[in-house]
Amino acid sequence: MTDDKDVLRDVWFGRIPTCFTLYQDEITEREAEPYYLLLPRVSYLTLVTDKVKKHFQKVMRQEDISEIWFEYEGTPLKWHYPIGLLFDLLASNSALPWNIIVHFKSFPEKDLLHCPSKDAIEAHFMSCMKEADALKHKSQVINEMQKKDHKQLWMGLQNDRFDQFWAINRKLMEYPAEENGFRYIPFRIYQTTTERPFIQKLFRPVAADGQLHTLGDLLKEVCPSAVAPEDGEKKNQVMIHGIEPMLETPLQWLSEHLSYPDNFLHISIIPQPTD
Amino acid sequence: MPNSVLWAVDLFGRVSTLSTAGQYWELCRDTQLEFKRVSAATQCCWGIACDNQVYVYVCASDVPIRRREEAYENQRWNPVGGFCEKLLLSDRWLWSDVSGLQHRPLDGVALPSPHWEWESDWYVDENFGGEPTEKGGWTYAIDFPATYTRDKKWNSCVRRRKWIRYRRYKSRDTWAKIPSKDDPKQLPDPFNDLSVGGWEITEEPVGRLSVWAVSLQGKVWYREDVSHSNPEGSSWSLVDTPGEVVQISCGPHDLLWATLWEGQALVREGINRNSPKGSSWSIVEPPGPENGIMHVSAGVGVVWAVTKDRKVWFRRGVNSHNPCGTSWIEMVGEMMMVNVGLNDQVWGISCEDRAMYFRQGVTPSELSGKTWKAIVAARECDRSHSGSSSSLLSAGCFFGDEVRGSGESAPSDTDASSEVERLGPGQPLPAESLDDCGNPKGSSALGPGASRSAEGAMENTCPAEGNRETDPNKHPRPAPTLAELPWTNIDLKEPKKVPSHSATGLPETTGLSSLGLLPLGLEEPYGVDDHPLWAWVSGGGCAVEACTMPKWFTVPSGLAPSVQTLSLSITPAQTATWRKQIFQQLTERTKRELENFRHYEQAVEQSVWVKTGALQWWSDWKPHKWVDVRVALEQFTGHDGVRDSILFIYYVIHEEKKYIHVFLNEVTALVPVLNEAKHSFALYTPERTRQRWPVRLAAATEQDMNDWLALLSLSCCESRKVLGRPSPQAIWSVTCKGDIFVSEPSPELEAHEHLPCDQMFWRQVGGHLRVVEANSRGVVWGLGYDHTAWVYTGGYGGGCFQGLASSTSNIYTQSDVKCVYIYENQRWNPVTGYTSRGLPTDRYMWSDATGLQECTKAGMKPPSLQWTWVSDWFVDFSIPGGTDQEGWQYASDFPASYHGYKTMKDFVRRRCWARKCKLVTSGPWLEVAPIALRDVSIIPESPGAHGRRPSIALWAVSDKGDVLCRLGVSELSPAGSSWLHVGTDQPFTSVSIGACYQVWAVARDGSAFYRGSVSPSQPAGDCWYHIPSPPRQRLKQVSVGQTSVYALDENGNLWYRQGITPSYPQGSSWEHVSNNVCRVSVGPLDQIWVIADKVQGSHGLSRGTVCHRTGVQPHEPKGQGWDYGIGGGWDHISVRANASRAPRGTSREQEPRAPPEAHRPVHC
Repeated sequence: MTDDKDVLRDVWFGRIPTCFTLYQDEITEREAEPYYLLLPRVSYLTLVTDKVKKHFQKVMRQEDISEIWFEYEGTPLKWHYPIGLLFDLLASNSALPWNIIVHFKSFPEKDLLHCPSKDAIEAHFMSCMKEADALKHKSQVINEMQKKDHKQLWMGLQNDRFDQFWAINRKLMEYPAEENGFRYIPFRIYQTTTERPFIQKLFRPVAADGQLHTLGDLLKEVCPSAVAPEDGEKKNQVMIHGIEPMLETPLQWLSEHLSYPDNFLHISIIPQPTD
Repeated sequence: MPNSVLWAVDLFGRVSTLSTAGQYWELCRDTQLEFKRVSAATQCCWGIACDNQVYVYVCASDVPIRRREEAYENQRWNPVGGFCEKLLLSDRWLWSDVSGLQHRPLDGVALPSPHWEWESDWYVDENFGGEPTEKGGWTYAIDFPATYTRDKKWNSCVRRRKWIRYRRYKSRDTWAKIPSKDDPKQLPDPFNDLSVGGWEITEEPVGRLSVWAVSLQGKVWYREDVSHSNPEGSSWSLVDTPGEVVQISCGPHDLLWATLWEGQALVREGINRNSPKGSSWSIVEPPGPENGIMHVSAGVGVVWAVTKDRKVWFRRGVNSHNPCGTSWIEMVGEMMMVNVGLNDQVWGISCEDRAMYFRQGVTPSELSGKTWKAIVAARECDRSHSGSSSSLLSAGCFFGDEVRGSGESAPSDTDASSEVERLGPGQPLPAESLDDCGNPKGSSALGPGASRSAEGAMENTCPAEGNRETDPNKHPRPAPTLAELPWTNIDLKEPKKVPSHSATGLPETTGLSSLGLLPLGLEEPYGVDDHPLWAWVSGGGCAVEACTMPKWFTVPSGLAPSVQTLSLSITPAQTATWRKQIFQQLTERTKRELENFRHYEQAVEQSVWVKTGALQWWSDWKPHKWVDVRVALEQFTGHDGVRDSILFIYYVIHEEKKYIHVFLNEVTALVPVLNEAKHSFALYTPERTRQRWPVRLAAATEQDMNDWLALLSLSCCESRKVLGRPSPQAIWSVTCKGDIFVSEPSPELEAHEHLPCDQMFWRQVGGHLRVVEANSRGVVWGLGYDHTAWVYTGGYGGGCFQGLASSTSNIYTQSDVKCVYIYENQRWNPVTGYTSRGLPTDRYMWSDATGLQECTKAGMKPPSLQWTWVSDWFVDFSIPGGTDQEGWQYASDFPASYHGYKTMKDFVRRRCWARKCKLVTSGPWLEVAPIALRDVSIIPESPGAHGRRPSIALWAVSDKGDVLCRLGVSELSPAGSSWLHVGTDQPFTSVSIGACYQVWAVARDGSAFYRGSVSPSQPAGDCWYHIPSPPRQRLKQVSVGQTSVYALDENGNLWYRQGITPSYPQGSSWEHVSNNVCRVSVGPLDQIWVIADKVQGSHGLSRGTVCHRTGVQPHEPKGQGWDYGIGGGWDHISVRANASRAPRGTSREQEPRAPPEAHRPVHC
């Protein structure tokens, strides 16, 4: 029998095969070979691309190298979004591997945050975690943790250690037995079709009448345009971790099992591909 | 958690029950009668109906209530005709009772009431003191009255035989009127109040209850002889009172309070085991002179009262020694009545709206609780509506419900604004409605007093709520009525007007909750008012645990009920389509994104991960003591993906730093060893098992220990690739601490060159059990220390294994209760008699059973920090050897054999005190209610028989000694459906069923029985064949494998049943195999595993060790020797699921298999 625990592993060990190619206008001393890598869906681009950086720097002159950034089909990739989210949102219906262009020049200041070091990623990651726990437990769980627990969460993500990460993270997924779930579900809904970066609102896992809220309930409430009318044609895909959960899926369950390591459900709404 | 029920009566006299596992009130099936009072115990409920008659509702059970009637047939020898019916004039009756004094003809024995029926006709008892008799059951003697023997001798002048007939109580799950014809005095006048309790006073006879009633004239009556086997009792007897009583309440133990017409309370004193009716009354004054007491309710250590002004009072300082208590404390809330149920939990019916409230936060340390919480469970009749609308799992049913939004705001939302601020700028604020016209359930936590204001607000803002007018206190009439007749708070006529009243304003009502949208049931007199109007509640049968609150306080949700109702046919909650879809899509995703790209480099390389910490270690050198150590667990992943771990333990000895290390892939068991002081665990390897000296480590806190245990356990399992649920073939065992371990058998285990059993890897499964039994189709049952039966749900983990080592579903709360015993010892001296002053050489005057350890009442602690006390110390009267009225056992000196009466030669005495403690944990177990079991056995599947049988035979012995056969057990429904009772003439203690449906059992007298003709078509067989025990031994356990039958006696001897053949399945004699055995389990390969009492290792001695019989062959079923496995505190093992044998071994055994066909007792 498949267990819910297996979902956590599947989510964690999700990998996207990626082909990194150097941008054509970058000046190189010799030709730069593309670089192939399996990227962890739950991690961040700048956290797992040291090898890519090294590979391309070998063929470049030192003075031509400034901060690395990535682009896919003209869109600069935000390093502070999890990799899986970037892929689902921008490339889920294109052929694999995912072709990412690597830049070392012309940093798009208005689109991207700078990522001077791994500390910046850690700070971003931990602040997401804290925000998520504020929603789930009024910050009680994260605040009760010790410094070393926080470090373990981060090290778990950085070193791709599922056990190390979940040994602590499970505490963030608990809720009082008398409640039927978290206080609010930490989620963010992303659409490529709008200017707004994402939608985030307060939403409870359980309705006032005790009914469990579902993914459908959430979308209907905060993003009604994403949901097809009863008998209408399906115009959008609702995607998390590369899959489309049914709208009947209880939100609490999704939050416990399909959240990214930052404890947020990152939901992509993308137009249904026309075959 | 046992499912128990709360009983209540609504204003229309209809009785409903609410299960602790349910969310709906269910109407009592018997709808003919209207009731004004109910008073519940766990097994039954007494009530006064509107015809003023008393009724008892005995809950149905698969075990019948049967009582044995006996009569003796007496005969005298006569030189002419031999034994004949002609007796001497001085002789007893030809048909008599056991004493011979009462005339008792068979046809003169009548049923006591219409609620009984005969089970069968009279028959002769052919057993005599554990020995079979011949010749029609006659026993012989020289003369009446004398000692009878089985054998006829030359001087046997008289003989007698016993006739037996069973009668059975038939009126179960229905209200049975208590017959009043046999009352010796005139009938009591109509009853006005009634209360049952007193089940904790004594357990002899089983299920004894105190039933007290008050008549309209204010007299108090006591029902004699109410017990499990006599649910109706025998007669009413009058108990004198100093005044006119209006209401009475009997607590579970020795508290009995009543209220007087004048407003004082009466307290019964002197209630104890020998005098359940008590001896005298004391008077307790009401809290204030102007408002007398209207209603009292007694628990074990509390009394709650309601005064005439509806105020609720808590009596401080009430206990067995001081049943009157010390003072009154006023509580919040105004109630019609309050009722104290099990665990001193309290329910009340609010004055305001006749809603039912539960007192939240009542714990042994805080008996007055914290707050009143409304029970908002819907009635069952609503379920059909809400159920049907929400059981459709289509998205549509959750949409389009425009009304629900207005009820969105939950009561604790006041801090929502602070949450909003955290979200930071640029993000849209949620549309939180803080609508005043909230759901009335929102005010639930505020208590009835506060609900008045909420209601007032509602009347202003929600004019549509016409049905609120049904509140009795808003009605002009009830108040004066209540003032006139303060004790009859049920006026059955008045509220009947309610339906017509409310019906006018009803149909358009909206906005209350989603329930309000549902179509109204035509038979529903309340309309959409979301709670019934209650008149009476009784929690005497309702066990609510502080840790697992019932789901009574939220309106049931349509999505989750499959989990919450804990239905016993274990269909996994996993079956939801959405879940399957996610599993499936994730698999597809992995395939899509990974399959063709496995040659790509990983972005993150695996590295070594180290967890370090400070623990204590039980040093290997003498003197052994706890020394501080640093520990480090190093985990690394090899290039082949295999993970390995080493545990390093760094210590300092003689100022020199040293370390020991353990490869986790060599660890065979991790065993928590919790005691009252230390959180420690033991770590075994094969080497350490042979030494009988595990590595013992202790952590500073329970959390710390659990973290280490879970991590080490997970590492061990990973390195051995043992993950997920145990296989159906798994070997299960239980330690003396109740911890459950499971081992995956390798096929070599039962091969000729068998795998040494010290190399078996044991992993822990959550839960707490005394016995666990399995069969190879994955059906696993367990029994707790409190005899509760549990069935395995297919999960893993639980207990201290949270997180990764545990499955998310199929883990439930589990609790267990056991007693801690200490002994009070006294010595006789000529001046003062027995005193607690012993000789200098004597044992401690308060000690453990051996007398070696001092154990005082004050000093005793529960066995470990997991356990908490749940009772006070009480005298245990049920210890072997019997006791006198005060529980004393006498002997000539310590230590000696004790007897229950005093003789001239007895200079010492002792008595046993017990105290109950309770543990709450979690594990993959669900209770099989309601029958408590002493033993259980599941049919082992013989190799190759797999899949042919539709249902799985399971036999059990109840805690009362009834033999039971479970029907409907299968892989999909491991809990089965119902019990089939198998009649016996005496209580049984152990049962075992073999692969060919051979059922063997052990009776309480120590002899064995074989059940004839058991088969799939006749699951209960036809009759018992008595099998005498080995000479001078009393058997205690039996285990039957494929063909072998083994029995264990009370002195630790293991016996093999010789001479079993297909034509004579009972066998011929017992053959001694071994001593030093505590428990035996014979498996489907006739493999024999035991728990040995003592096993000596190179470093230490272990008691309770798993041992495997070596050299067992079809032609040598008794085997040759023992192989020693894991040990040190093991109590129980079941190998009955393991039918796997190495293929090589099987083929080798094909050859000697041919002749042993003769060994098979039954052709399968």
